[in-house]
Amino acid sequence: MNNPPDVSPDPSEHEEYAHNVQKHVRAYLMVGATLLAFTAITVALSYVNFGTQKANIAVALLVATFKAGLVAAIFMHLAAEKRLIYRVLIFTGLFVFAMFWLIYLAWYNPIVAPH
Amino acid sequence: MEIPYTVSTRPDTGLWNAKVGIWLFLASEVMLFGGLFSAYIFLRLDAEPGMWPHGLLNVPVGTMNTAILIASSVTVVLAWASLKMRRFTAYWWYMTMTILCGVIFLVVKLAYEWPQKFDHFGAFIKKEALEKYEPYLGNHHLEQKGLPPRREISGHLHNHAAMHDPNVKEFEVALDPVNADPTNPANDRPHFFYKQPTDKIAKIEKEDVEYFSMFEPRHSAYFASYFTITGLHGLHVLGGVLVFIYFWLPVGSKLYKSNPEHLANRVEVVGLFWHFVDLVWIFVFPLFYLL
Repeated sequence: MNNPPDVSPDPSEHEEYAHNVQKHVRAYLMVGATLLAFTAITVALSYVNFGTQKANIAVALLVATFKAGLVAAIFMHLAAEKRLIYRVLIFTGLFVFAMFWLIYLAWYNPIVAPH
Repeated sequence: MEIPYTVSTRPDTGLWNAKVGIWLFLASEVMLFGGLFSAYIFLRLDAEPGMWPHGLLNVPVGTMNTAILIASSVTVVLAWASLKMRRFTAYWWYMTMTILCGVIFLVVKLAYEWPQKFDHFGAFIKKEALEKYEPYLGNHHLEQKGLPPRREISGHLHNHAAMHDPNVKEFEVALDPVNADPTNPANDRPHFFYKQPTDKIAKIEKEDVEYFSMFEPRHSAYFASYFTITGLHGLHVLGGVLVFIYFWLPVGSKLYKSNPEHLANRVEVVGLFWHFVDLVWIFVFPLFYLL
């Protein structure tokens, strides 16, 4: 993003800056409306039978992931962020993956109550 | 001493410092909620057939709260954009709306949703007594349709003394529709609209009950994870609202007059936190309310 208006001595740059933010504002409102629409879709889809409970969960999580992606990319500005932030998040992703992998390990070698 | 790099970028990171700080914090938050969600998955996959409850929460209320959180995410990002455009009055109003949204969310959760659960009673019937309570469970009917069995009779408990007094031998429960008329598929959970307990009273002998509980964390792995995750999430909402109030008070306008870009950055940071809280809720809502 350009310099904020009171940093720049040039009034035309001020206008261009305000105009740029104004464009972002439209995007934020669009994303907000999309998120609300997809909330309604999530609720509606949960009453549709996709065959198995697992399939329903998969569909709901797919929609939730899409919504979360929108929030992260647009509201949290991750669509255009500095390299350092991405690096931090890549490591976070790896650690979260490792943590969820533990569930699989517990299934592979389950705890059984002694009889 | 002045805090360095509040508005200017630090040469080595290319960012102002608080931005790095909040993202490191959010990374640790991802691990915190990730741990709880993985516990949820683990408990759910391990649940016996019919033992993971469905449709116990109020879907319209949950949907409304989801919409409120999304709206507050929009207003906080607009508050930040207003500061970037140096429109303080607009910022202040967007902040007001954000705070209101957060407060409404918390009030709905703590004054309505949770107490309604704490007031609901469930008794899990011993396996050998299931036949005796067949008129309330409808398991023959479920078996024919290839559905998992019901073990629980739930509703509004009339004699609370039965919970503690050993001399009281039975629970008197105003049955939930699903137990009042268990073979009617229209009563099968989940429902979009919450169904109140009926007037039909069932007497459940205590010695037929494996365990009983109000709809509290100890009721089931489901409610344990529900209250833990929504409780922690609620604390985050509360934290966010407190910080919003701080920047909404005269502290905000004072900082705005001396260094507007600094206020914009601080609002961006709390905004990032708020969007994360919204993002967690986006997963909580379908997992606990809908599926």
